[in-house]
Amino acid sequence: MSSDFSNLRVDFPVLDQHVGGHPLVYLDNAATTHKPRAVIDAVARFYERDNSNVHRGLHALSMRATDGYEAARARTARFINAADSAEIVFTSGTTASVNLVAQGWARDNLKSGDVVLCTEMEHHSNMVPWQIVCQQTGATLKYIPVLGEDAEGGLDMEALDQLLTEQVKLVAFTHISNTLGTINPAAEICAKARAVGALTMVDGAQSAGHEDVDVQAMGCDFYAFSGHKMAAPTGIGVLYGRRELLDHMSPWQGGGGMISVVRYDASEWKPAPERFEAGTPNVADAVGMHAAMDYLDSVGRPKIGQHEAELAALAYDRLSELPGIRLLGPRSGEPRAGLVSFAFADVHAHDVVTFADQDGVALRGGHHCNQPLMHKLGLPSTTRASFYLYNTPEDVDALVTSMRRILNFFGAG
Amino acid sequence: MSDLTDLYQAVILDHNKRPRNRGKLPQATRVASGDNPTCGDNCTVYLKMEGEKIGEISFEGSGCAISQASASLMTTQLQGKTLAEAESEFDEFKNIVTTGEEPADFSEVAAFAGVHAFPARIKCATLSWHAAIDALNKPDQPVEN
Ligand SMILES: Cc1ncc(COP(=O)(O)O)c(C=O)c1O
Repeated sequence: MSSDFSNLRVDFPVLDQHVGGHPLVYLDNAATTHKPRAVIDAVARFYERDNSNVHRGLHALSMRATDGYEAARARTARFINAADSAEIVFTSGTTASVNLVAQGWARDNLKSGDVVLCTEMEHHSNMVPWQIVCQQTGATLKYIPVLGEDAEGGLDMEALDQLLTEQVKLVAFTHISNTLGTINPAAEICAKARAVGALTMVDGAQSAGHEDVDVQAMGCDFYAFSGHKMAAPTGIGVLYGRRELLDHMSPWQGGGGMISVVRYDASEWKPAPERFEAGTPNVADAVGMHAAMDYLDSVGRPKIGQHEAELAALAYDRLSELPGIRLLGPRSGEPRAGLVSFAFADVHAHDVVTFADQDGVALRGGHHCNQPLMHKLGLPSTTRASFYLYNTPEDVDALVTSMRRILNFFGAG
Repeated sequence: MSDLTDLYQAVILDHNKRPRNRGKLPQATRVASGDNPTCGDNCTVYLKMEGEKIGEISFEGSGCAISQASASLMTTQLQGKTLAEAESEFDEFKNIVTTGEEPADFSEVAAFAGVHAFPARIKCATLSWHAAIDALNKPDQPVEN
């Protein structure tokens, strides 16, 4: 391994426990990651010292809370290299961010005959909001196919060229697939979309905390991610949107904090980002996410991404030796993000996950919020192991040992 | 946490490996399906009624060992039963998988007592039973399959 992060494990209190009599081996990081002490402390400190509502207060605590919240926004802008803090909208997570664009931008700007392009590997949260808004507006939703019987070929970029007509108004795609571990060529897709005048919505749920993200270099119009998948608390997430777009978008929800003038008959909106943050925001978790960003960048996101990718590649190669296994996504030696999905011919993912849990190994089994892709691949479900900075090669050993035990138990090994 | 051999008893492994009454049923007169969207398990139960009683029963579907074994065993339990009898068998089965209490009479369904220690798996065990009861509640009509 190029980086040994095992000394960082002590930063994550939750890792210090046993499950089923075995030390916890947490390999469900694509679902949610653990939080370092620095993040837990930042949230606790906020509640202990600064807790107050933001924006409308003139007292000391309210001003501190407002400062903390806005400092988190500025930090987030730096985290993804947005040109301006006003381009950062705080949401509850990726799902809320995508829905905000669907209802705040797409609903007003799509009409019958228009096309939204999505991919076959999309998480339901970057698929269903487009289905809804296409039904509302009469636009058509089309999918960029995924190549290969095990989806090893990634997105069909030739098909993308065919699909990218002038009718396409938006291309919504995931930067990194949570099911396959595929890393999509985000900048290339954004450039192609721009060439036909389409906007781009990038789902960064699996990329933001794993590599240096530069939304300007990527050239996307919208980028969404969730704090909880990158060492920050649950319930806080981000929508980045280019300022010209956000300033012309309708509010998604109405309420306090997002208005400049309210009369009984109608109101006027504040500019972005406040326009999209109706109601009391999640101040404490924004402060916690700020601490998470500092933590991740003190370690170095490129190093984190490389570490996870090496663990996933090791897991892929070791698992491929098991009988009756089918591994999804990029083949050995191809670029792969920090996760591996697989299925056994004779043992269902649920049995695998229940078994592994007894060995202290936390995995995820199911369709990973990607039912149509599972259907296309002819699989009811898969088992997924996903890595983060605190995982080690020994965790891969524990995974493989547990899988061998399961296969033996079911007489399939 | 309970031991895995409690969950995956020999009876369960056997029914999983060699499911009984698996496949479509020619001349079925009632059919119902259920699925478990969180895990992708699905199960279809076919019945051929003889009067008020189940004459023949079969199931199809995919899922984990617990759901497949449960479906297989369910078909052997409900053969020849009426709706009322099937409902009371299902009640007993639900009691076993939710409380872990084993029935007084010796029965293969007791093998499912271990499920109660794995609450996330109770739905896997009851999926096929729900489909069977749904099917029993339907009127007879020719089923295309
Ligand atoms: C690729 C991808 N997109 C979107 C989401 C949804 O994120 P959240 O549930 O935090 O809104 C996830 C998380 O499961 C994901 O992996």
